[in-house]
Amino acid sequence: MNPVNYLYLSALLFTIGAAGVLIRRNAIVLFMCVELMLNACNLAFVTFSRMHGNLDGQIIAFFTMVVAAAEVVVGLAIIVTVFRSRHSASVDDASLMKL
Amino acid sequence: MSHAATVHMLWTTASVSPDKIPSPDIEYGQLAPTLIVLGAAIVGVLIEALLPRRHRYAAQLFVSVVALAAAFAAVLGLAAGDYGTTKARIAAMGAIAVDGPALFLEGTILLVALVAVFTFAERRLDPAAHGNRVDSFAAQPAAVPGGEAEQAAVKAGFTTTEVFPLVLFAVGGMLVFPAANDLLTLFVALEVFSLPLYVLCALARRHRMLSQEAAVKYFLLGAFSSAFLLFGIALLYGYAGTVTYAGIADVVDGQVGDITPALAGTMGNDALLLIGGAMVLMGLLFKIGAVPFHMWTPDVYQGAPTPVTGFMAAATKVAAFGALLRLLYVVLPGLRWDWRPVMWGVAIVTMLGGAIVAVTQTDVKRLLAYSSIAHAGFILAGVIATTPDGISSVLFYLAAYSFVTLGAFSVVTLVRDAGGEATHLSKWAGLGRRSPLVAAVFAVFLLAFAGIPLTSGFAGKFAVFKAAADGGAGALVVIGVISSAIAAFFYIRVIVLMFFSEPRTEGPSVAVPSPLTSAAIAIGVVVTIVLGVAPQYFLDLAGQAGVFVR
Repeated sequence: MNPVNYLYLSALLFTIGAAGVLIRRNAIVLFMCVELMLNACNLAFVTFSRMHGNLDGQIIAFFTMVVAAAEVVVGLAIIVTVFRSRHSASVDDASLMKL
Repeated sequence: MSHAATVHMLWTTASVSPDKIPSPDIEYGQLAPTLIVLGAAIVGVLIEALLPRRHRYAAQLFVSVVALAAAFAAVLGLAAGDYGTTKARIAAMGAIAVDGPALFLEGTILLVALVAVFTFAERRLDPAAHGNRVDSFAAQPAAVPGGEAEQAAVKAGFTTTEVFPLVLFAVGGMLVFPAANDLLTLFVALEVFSLPLYVLCALARRHRMLSQEAAVKYFLLGAFSSAFLLFGIALLYGYAGTVTYAGIADVVDGQVGDITPALAGTMGNDALLLIGGAMVLMGLLFKIGAVPFHMWTPDVYQGAPTPVTGFMAAATKVAAFGALLRLLYVVLPGLRWDWRPVMWGVAIVTMLGGAIVAVTQTDVKRLLAYSSIAHAGFILAGVIATTPDGISSVLFYLAAYSFVTLGAFSVVTLVRDAGGEATHLSKWAGLGRRSPLVAAVFAVFLLAFAGIPLTSGFAGKFAVFKAAADGGAGALVVIGVISSAIAAFFYIRVIVLMFFSEPRTEGPSVAVPSPLTSAAIAIGVVVTIVLGVAPQYFLDLAGQAGVFVR
């Protein structure tokens, strides 16, 4: 199968993730959409790695996974703290600083 | 069967000739600044794990200050060893550049961090809780604001000494960020300095809901932007088949030696290059806080604990501009005619947008946030110059601006009322009559922001605008001067408010700081005046440092 198709899939996943961040209102769902974007990047890296015949892209995919895991640790900690103090994970409720 | 045989072949060939894989060669001496800071951060984590609570504050402060000072000494050592000029090189198997701009920015970041650590350690501003001195950070960040667990933690005198290792980790990432010489290192460094900052934003002692809100906004938008950066990296990798800066630049310039069929296919595809470059730029412009990627700045600056805001405003900007310069000057100089018009647009809307919106602000931290956006625009004008003068003027501006910012936010921590810091501008009315010294110091910082002669702000703005004009961006300079004038209006307005209006009876008081914050503010004032009165030595220094290694 032509590897370019995987690139189209990756771009599609990235767009779904980006649209999700912009449309959805729950912080956890937003965060899942960001993870979807990161995984779309991974797919692109691996596909390009296959096209170019070098391993850089596959190694970068591992780095991305580790970074994503670290981001989950920090992100969930922050979101859970906010949820405990507000009893809501909606990003629309976080508006104390609006002018 | 045949499949198993090939797998077996893989193992045997690898074990027969192990010499085929070259062992990596790391220049520990040249990477010393980063390694010292990250090592000290790990020591800080161990201190949190092993020392009893009452000893942690002193131990953490000692480790942080010694590590930052040692790392700065290492930077000076490298600079004295000509690594900034003639011996500039790429270390760590092509991952990290050791050259003039990298060393200059690393030195700036380390000094800024050292001063910021002083403000983090300040324990005399908040009234003592149950006989324990407290700093700006929550007693127990995990406890629900106003809940029983929080009251118990306050009563027990807990403090969040974890802030010191967090700052050190952030500084470690910031040291790598402007020196990164491939896109993977760039991405990892971005995350290494961003993640601790997200946590630091959530740790304020007062106004904890506001602080947590700032953290969640910063985190979600920061993760969103770094995903864009990563996809841009993927596209550039697809375009060039490599993530090293020099390799991508060679492919962009069409100077690559052996072109494989796959590379021949992808390097003809400009969509990969243009979209990839734009997405990486987007990620960096977000960290810089340039319009239209600035939405997070005012909220995060307002909500975060003020020492963290000062550190973030100063050090993040230095690191991110360093990375932006290297990306534009080393990786994408071949695309100059494509990115220059875009950056022109970004610089113009950033300068005007930041200055105009700042006029309507009523909170001093938000005011400084919008002023930082306007300053990002001024620095972008120097970035666009694409001349050696452009690089050195940006380096100088960053050094000058970061100390002014740090000093200004340190002054904000001093003005307090019963609810903590009094950041609403109306409460600052008549401050000059009540405490002339603090108001005068703040006025010096505001004049430096406005770019009045004899302050560092003027020297920096002059250098940047001169470089931009010489680089053929005259129109940009005109817009820059106009937005400086708009910005000067609201800086002067604050000075007038402080000195020429009647103090309110229920107004805030000015806390007497410990020597730590006093030192931070004094360093800010001294740097502002020295760089303003005698900038030539430092301009020369930045001029010598203004060549990227490739």
